[in-house]
Amino acid sequence: MTSPVMKTTANTTTRTTTHTTTAPVTAAIDKPRRKNPVLRTRQINLPPGARGRVALGFTAAAAEGRFALQACERCAAVQYPPREACHRCLSTELTWRDQPDGGHLVCTTTLRHSNDLFFRERLPWRLGLVRLDAGPTVMVHLHGEVGGEPGRIRVGARIDRAGMAVLIGYPEQGSAHMADDRMLREMTSDPRFRKVLVTDGKSAVGQAIVRAFVEAGADLVWVGHAEPWKKLGGLDDIGALPQVTLVPLDLTDGRSVTELAGEIAGKVDIVVNNAEVHRTFGIAARRGTDVARAEMDINYFGLLRLAQEFGPALKGRSADGLASATAWVNLLSIYALSSFPTHGTFSASKAAAYSLSQCLRAEMRPAGIRVVNVFPGPIDDDWNQHVPPPKLAPIALANAIVKALRDGVEDVYPGDVAQEWLARWRDNPKVLERELAGEG
Amino acid sequence: MTRRRRSYEGVAVAVPVTVPYVRYSIRSAHWFIGRAIAALIDESGIAKDAIDGLCLSSFTLAPDTAVGVTQHLGLAPRWLDHVPTGGASGVMCLRRAARAVQAGDADIVACVGADTNHVDSFRQSLGSFSDFARDATWPYGSGGPNAIFAFITAHYMRTYGATREDFGRLCVDQRSNALGNPHAMFKKPLTMPEYLDARAIADPIHLFDCVMPCAGAEAFLVMSEERARDLGLAHVVVHGAIERHNAYADDPIFFRGGWRVDRDDLYAQAGIAPSALDFVQTYDDYPVIAMIQFEDLGFCDKGEGPAFVRAHTMTSDGTFPNNTSGGQLSAGQAGAAGGFLGMVEAVRQLTDDAGPRTVPNASLGLVSGFGMVTYDRCLCTGAVILGRAS
Repeated sequence: MTSPVMKTTANTTTRTTTHTTTAPVTAAIDKPRRKNPVLRTRQINLPPGARGRVALGFTAAAAEGRFALQACERCAAVQYPPREACHRCLSTELTWRDQPDGGHLVCTTTLRHSNDLFFRERLPWRLGLVRLDAGPTVMVHLHGEVGGEPGRIRVGARIDRAGMAVLIGYPEQGSAHMADDRMLREMTSDPRFRKVLVTDGKSAVGQAIVRAFVEAGADLVWVGHAEPWKKLGGLDDIGALPQVTLVPLDLTDGRSVTELAGEIAGKVDIVVNNAEVHRTFGIAARRGTDVARAEMDINYFGLLRLAQEFGPALKGRSADGLASATAWVNLLSIYALSSFPTHGTFSASKAAAYSLSQCLRAEMRPAGIRVVNVFPGPIDDDWNQHVPPPKLAPIALANAIVKALRDGVEDVYPGDVAQEWLARWRDNPKVLERELAGEG
Repeated sequence: MTRRRRSYEGVAVAVPVTVPYVRYSIRSAHWFIGRAIAALIDESGIAKDAIDGLCLSSFTLAPDTAVGVTQHLGLAPRWLDHVPTGGASGVMCLRRAARAVQAGDADIVACVGADTNHVDSFRQSLGSFSDFARDATWPYGSGGPNAIFAFITAHYMRTYGATREDFGRLCVDQRSNALGNPHAMFKKPLTMPEYLDARAIADPIHLFDCVMPCAGAEAFLVMSEERARDLGLAHVVVHGAIERHNAYADDPIFFRGGWRVDRDDLYAQAGIAPSALDFVQTYDDYPVIAMIQFEDLGFCDKGEGPAFVRAHTMTSDGTFPNNTSGGQLSAGQAGAAGGFLGMVEAVRQLTDDAGPRTVPNASLGLVSGFGMVTYDRCLCTGAVILGRAS
């Protein structure tokens, strides 16, 4: 009889080699062939997305890439599935705390039948039961490189296509192409072989993002540039990359957005909306509303225009094969959480964009498209000239975006400043407000 | 020291009835409960009003409970219970009803396990089966209990050396028993090659390791022995009964159940050793669970289940008659009625009502239950020893 582990290699998208003793190594996926335009574009069926309120704490941590479980403040018991009280001492003082990722693989199974459409379309599907070093026994989706039981395993949390956290069992030592695992690719938004729109290629950040996506194996990068007659440095270099196509795009102009959407929206897999206007004023430092209006026009209304044109197209292609539409990235700011008064109108526009992005996330979720919000602290660019270091290098920001897509993370706070502001905001938003007022 | 519990002496179980199973029904659970209670009345000859206690188990009754059923069926019991323990509910309804009768809270208790099965109701009930299932198992492949019991079976096979053939023995013998049960959904013999070649569901579980969900009901009456004699009803007596919930919670995976915690108590109540039993009706949601019950109920040691099934025939005329109705694996699983199947069959066996599948000269039988996979295992275990009335 064939062992269960051997059977899992029956896999159409990931070619694997098998050994009797070790797990199969993930083979790099090939570039998807051009699709047959006569065939119907497959529509998404989401995995089960219902969770209790308590269990959403697990998703909240995973949205930032953390693997956290409920820990009891009184007796230190770690528990799963999530509960309303400590199963050991009945305390209700339960905190979501990061946990060590090691565990013991107790057993595995390969589903050949599922009651749910999402999984039915993706059979066979491998599952494991893991005794975590942290204590509880958990059910996990198994990475193809995890061998048969018993053995050591790593466990992490990922957001699945329904936007809910699930546990994944990883091999202790992954191979070079482990990200190409069929199951893992469903949980992430790896740019490899995907077509990307970067809405502004004129800024240092935009150019760094374009280069990062090219390096990450993006098939094609459309790079927007408003007002093409205004020449800025670097754009020609970007345009010379074979994967890059420059496209006119002005987010303040609804017609410009509509025209571009008509050409490419049906092909875009990842939208990166990095276009922004950033001026350094509060309220009293500049009379009138023209600058604040310009910030809002790009930072908020630009996102709205873009989302109305490109959102539906992405939703329609979210199950379109190996390089399906998968994610939408918004460049926000840590100032979206709490106003930085010397950049007051910019903060307000980013707060508005953040709120709109939450709305977009809710609307994209039924299609399984992930909305990634990026909250950098001050970026090392012209508009933060007066802000003291540390400042986030554009390349670091770009790499953080690619990493978030690869890791399936939903909220990213790149850099030390963003991390510190986040910690202060989490600790007490009112205290942070007072502190920021002082810094102004 | 805990006070010694009162025995179940003087309690009779009578009138085993089955509402014939159908794969799918357009009726609601109420219909099956109504048919079951009507059958209890018809077979016993008692008046409807004489039923003054109702103990009910059903998955598909929602949003109703036993309460709504009283109005639906025009019953006015003075004692009512709703037992949501699924596969363990037959044993647990009997325990509760027996105590009500002994205490005088009710004279005649109808115990009913009933469920309907619409074309899509099984899938829908799985996704909302429990908080833990919704949060921590259903999003993982949505295999339902098949996935959980695949883990348990795989682990048991690896740890104790069981093979698929060992589980096949159980299933093949139960099918042979089912051929003598007119209510069984499966009417054809099952051969070992057919069992082994069946399609895979969740490795190592294959098609004939799984029960077939269906609609139907099983029911019986609980009353005093005296009352049963007065009414001229064939009946059995209760020699002992146990239940346990969430036993061995720290085990990383299920390989032993609550029966093990309480079995000494069970046999002490009955004053017998396991070897004195003439048949067993184990809970067989999956064959590995029946094998684990052989161990945990003391018929063999832990890990000896595979050797035990190799050494025995489990047909009704065999050396170790098990699930003489065919069990759920061959009779079908009519929801909560699956938790009553063994109880109803045991009463039939001990009242000479089992037709061609009669276990010769049986005077003592054991029925065990196992219910409710809320997360990674069933939580409820129970068992009862029934005996022929003197």
